[in-house]
Amino acid sequence: MLGSGLIKGLAVTAKNLAGSFHDPARFVTTEYPEVKTRLPENYRNFPFLVSENADDPMGTLRCVACQICEKECPPQCIYIEKSKDKKPDAAGKMQLYPAVFDIDISVCMSCQICVEVCPFDAIKMDQVFEIATPDRFQPLLLDRHQLAKPNGYFHEIHPTEAAEVDARLAAERKAAEEKARAAAAAKAAAPSAPATGTAAAPKPAPAPTPGPAAPGGGSAGTPKPPPAT
Amino acid sequence: MIAVSPAADSILERLPVILRDGFAGLFPQPLRWLAGSLLAIVAILAVFGLLFAFLTLAERKVLGRVQNRPGPNRTGPAGLFQPFADGIKMLTKEDIVPFVADRVLHFLAPVVLVAFSLLAFAVIPYGRRLVAVDLDSAVLFFFAAGAGNELAVFMAGWSSHNKYSLLAAMRALAQLISYELPLLLSVVPVVMLAGTLSATGIVAAQGGWTAGLVPHWFVLTPCGLAGFAIFIIAALAESNRSPFDLPEAESELIAGHLTEYSGFKYALFFMAEYFGMTALCGMGVTLFLGGWQAPCAFLQFIPSWVWFAVKLLALLLGCIWVRATFPRLRIDQLTRLAWKFLVPLALLNLLAAALWHLTAGWSGALQPVRWALALALVAGPFVLLGRRLSAGLAPRTYRYASS
Repeated sequence: MLGSGLIKGLAVTAKNLAGSFHDPARFVTTEYPEVKTRLPENYRNFPFLVSENADDPMGTLRCVACQICEKECPPQCIYIEKSKDKKPDAAGKMQLYPAVFDIDISVCMSCQICVEVCPFDAIKMDQVFEIATPDRFQPLLLDRHQLAKPNGYFHEIHPTEAAEVDARLAAERKAAEEKARAAAAAKAAAPSAPATGTAAAPKPAPAPTPGPAAPGGGSAGTPKPPPAT
Repeated sequence: MIAVSPAADSILERLPVILRDGFAGLFPQPLRWLAGSLLAIVAILAVFGLLFAFLTLAERKVLGRVQNRPGPNRTGPAGLFQPFADGIKMLTKEDIVPFVADRVLHFLAPVVLVAFSLLAFAVIPYGRRLVAVDLDSAVLFFFAAGAGNELAVFMAGWSSHNKYSLLAAMRALAQLISYELPLLLSVVPVVMLAGTLSATGIVAAQGGWTAGLVPHWFVLTPCGLAGFAIFIIAALAESNRSPFDLPEAESELIAGHLTEYSGFKYALFFMAEYFGMTALCGMGVTLFLGGWQAPCAFLQFIPSWVWFAVKLLALLLGCIWVRATFPRLRIDQLTRLAWKFLVPLALLNLLAAALWHLTAGWSGALQPVRWALALALVAGPFVLLGRRLSAGLAPRTYRYASS
């Protein structure tokens, strides 16, 4: 009969009206500043620097100031100054570190190329989006203190990628240790069996050569070796 | 005129009248009527102004809830100050008048609209003793004042010198004049049954209860029920409310006749829309829902103006509910609904009203016959016309391009 559809429609809206009072699961919105929705894992906007230790972020930056990202950055928003001295890196090797590492996020276009070219997994994409400031210049120019965030934070925002990176770094570290052990054994056993040592370490990743010319000619942009499986 | 039981005449019931007389008593005798009238005007402006403010908030809240979101809740506790924030925003906005507009008409249109909307409040009885002007032909006055809105809407559309405004104003005129007819025809049965055009007389005619429980409201008669349904549909169209809000169909006409209005003039149009809706709902309560009469005899201890307020708010919430539910009609559907459906039904409803009026003396075994005849006169045309109107339209089938 004419009008029955109208009654059905009114029933639907009435059900929603009543339901919204006793069933919070119906709500399609969250009250933003107090409640934040969990961002999708693949959400990314601006880069940050990964440090191994939250207590000493500057001392444990993975970055070795190789400047690949600075050179690759399309809008040229990264500025790096190398240090004069060296510090042991995550794998225990002596490396340079960035004395100055600035990113102007008002210039950054969030392309993630810096992340893809980094051979040390030192720069990753962040998820902070509440970066509005009343000043266009200084607050948007982030220095290395602001950029450094611990590995735990990386695990929090991108768990899958962080686990993969950790597994790869652990494998590299293990390979380096075995190689060092093999080298020590080879040195101890004189010229008896030099071939076995190199066979144990499949690919000497961060070769003993320090500085920018890092992992065995792994050219910029190529994907990293797959995690040790 | 009618005997009032002591329970129905408590101090609360008389409170507004006592306050008015107390205020008027401060003035010398020749000025007392003027003071009393001015106080009534101020009271209507204050009460309905505030009602307008909180109605906008209630509307946004209810619409939000229907769409499963909380609605405005930031300004003040639970968003209660939102209407005042809106008002301040509207007041501080720039008032832009188009260079080519007819400046005088452009200014007058919102003023006239609000004035006509407010006039309608004068004749509604809000309580046993609460009516600003007790006219003998209050119903006639009410609808005459309401018809002035059409003039103001066209003034707004014409003076803006904007094609969208003009088109919308022409649409609004077509709509308002179309729906004026069923609106008036739906009221006629009530006037026939009550035998008076006076609003207080109509409310008095709905007094009394059967067995102290079932009120003698006109909505509880077959012709009154049909009249009420037609009245509500036509009232929604008259006050430009969804689903009949074609004059401001933003998808077609930007903002309709409001396109060239900004700031407080826009707020005045908005206010007039809500005033019009409130007044029409108030008249609906008066004509069909027993006005200020309590629904049961033992509930008379609650003051009559509280009952009026409860019924009025219920109707207003119903309007918001309708807005939350139905999509907007097309202009041809709109006029077809008025001319092919509501007007014939309202005319046939007069027959039902005549039958009801002539058979008022029937009792005993004839009473069910009376009900059956009247219901048949109301429901029969509805079913037949409805079938005729929706023939070939429903249920709708869809054919897809492939598969």
